[in-house]
Amino acid sequence: MDFRFLGETFMTLLAALPLTLYLALVSSICGALGALVLALMRLSSARPLSLIARAYVFVFRGTPLLIQLFLIYYGLGQFRPSLQMLGLWPFFRDPIYCTIAALAMNTAAYGSEIVRGGLAAVPRGAVEAAIACGMSPGLRFRRVVLPLATRIALPAYGNELIVMVKATSLASTITIMEVTGIAGKLIAETYRTMEIFACAAAIYLLINFVLTRLVLTLEWWMSPDRTTRRVLEQIGETKVKVTA
Amino acid sequence: MDSYDLLFGGGRWWIPLSEGALTTVTIAASGFVLGAIFGSALALMRLGGNAVARRLADIYTTTLRGIPDLLVIYLLYFGGSGALGLIGGFFGATGFIGIPTFATGALALGVVSAAYQAEVFRGAFKAIARGELEAGRACGMSGPAMFRRIVAPQALRFALPGLGNVWQLILKETALISVVGLVELMRAAQVGAGSTRQPFLFYLSAFVLYLVITSISGRLFARAEAICARPYRRA
Repeated sequence: MDFRFLGETFMTLLAALPLTLYLALVSSICGALGALVLALMRLSSARPLSLIARAYVFVFRGTPLLIQLFLIYYGLGQFRPSLQMLGLWPFFRDPIYCTIAALAMNTAAYGSEIVRGGLAAVPRGAVEAAIACGMSPGLRFRRVVLPLATRIALPAYGNELIVMVKATSLASTITIMEVTGIAGKLIAETYRTMEIFACAAAIYLLINFVLTRLVLTLEWWMSPDRTTRRVLEQIGETKVKVTA
Repeated sequence: MDSYDLLFGGGRWWIPLSEGALTTVTIAASGFVLGAIFGSALALMRLGGNAVARRLADIYTTTLRGIPDLLVIYLLYFGGSGALGLIGGFFGATGFIGIPTFATGALALGVVSAAYQAEVFRGAFKAIARGELEAGRACGMSGPAMFRRIVAPQALRFALPGLGNVWQLILKETALISVVGLVELMRAAQVGAGSTRQPFLFYLSAFVLYLVITSISGRLFARAEAICARPYRRA
């Protein structure tokens, strides 16, 4: 095995890591906000709002992310004159913005189902107690519903975050040189498929490992009660043992 | 030419697009079957008593679920072509030999979905009541008879919702295979977009076709679930 080549490849790929992380982070944050809005629309009593949210989720979960990305990046390019007139062209011309838009819109659809589950699982009694204390609807949502729902939805949302990290690789199809893009280029140049694949895979596994730890820590921090914490600590320990 | 004419009139672009859609469904089905075979092997490894096999299957599922599928496709396409090139070189051929893209795609879908299907099968097997297996053994059923009469029908029922999710996942993943040049729906749309300079029209058509395929298969899976649940309705 050629360790020098492995080392060099790893360093080359590592240089692209910030871009991968940037894409994943920005689109996850935008997507989470979108997911919350969609979930609230879906649960709202206004029928048009919930219908729009349902249609959005149906459309974005029923089509491949790649075609959503191409539709935004290449498809909207067809309307360049109109977009230029509206001043939106600098946004749609940039592959990075388009990737973030596609990833965020996609994860918002999947995430909204998770958030909806979390909101629905908030105990009725907690809301009633908040009403009894005289909390206004806004305060109730901010202090009672949202924290509880976040805690319930977090484990499932962690999976969605991992999916997002993996999905950033699609950016390579629209000329962005993130980790997968560089790996593909190196493979096409050198044909040393196995070594390059191993390095790229190691980087993604590392990101996802750190990510699961972070989600677990966040969950621990958000559960002030002792029992939940103890269970989480146990999960954490066994997971460390499994991966070590 | 306006959009309608381009697709259904003189342009006749609906033909390559529907052929592409057909390839998408075919390759998804091939990948699904391959994944079911690899996946049941993995599930057996994880359920079995051999610690090494269990560990290997565990590493396989963790890895495949943690890396982008695009990387797996690159690995199989370039790795497979490299291996073919070596074999070809042995027989005197020179240069790059591409391995068939359909085979690469089906294999990639199979390899990736096996990790998910293994988990589905494992869960379904675990959901079967222990007592039923014990009862079967007490009646003197042989292993294969128990599998055919007790395990398979029930495991299928428990596995169906999970398998439906995996199928939808595979359908959407087929789009990635366009990167190695297989002319499925995504690639057909790219070709149309390139030669008519109407990318929005073609990607939107493909978008709609994907939506049709996923919603029809969603319906079919719901129907299958209802059929499998029928014997249990009056308990």
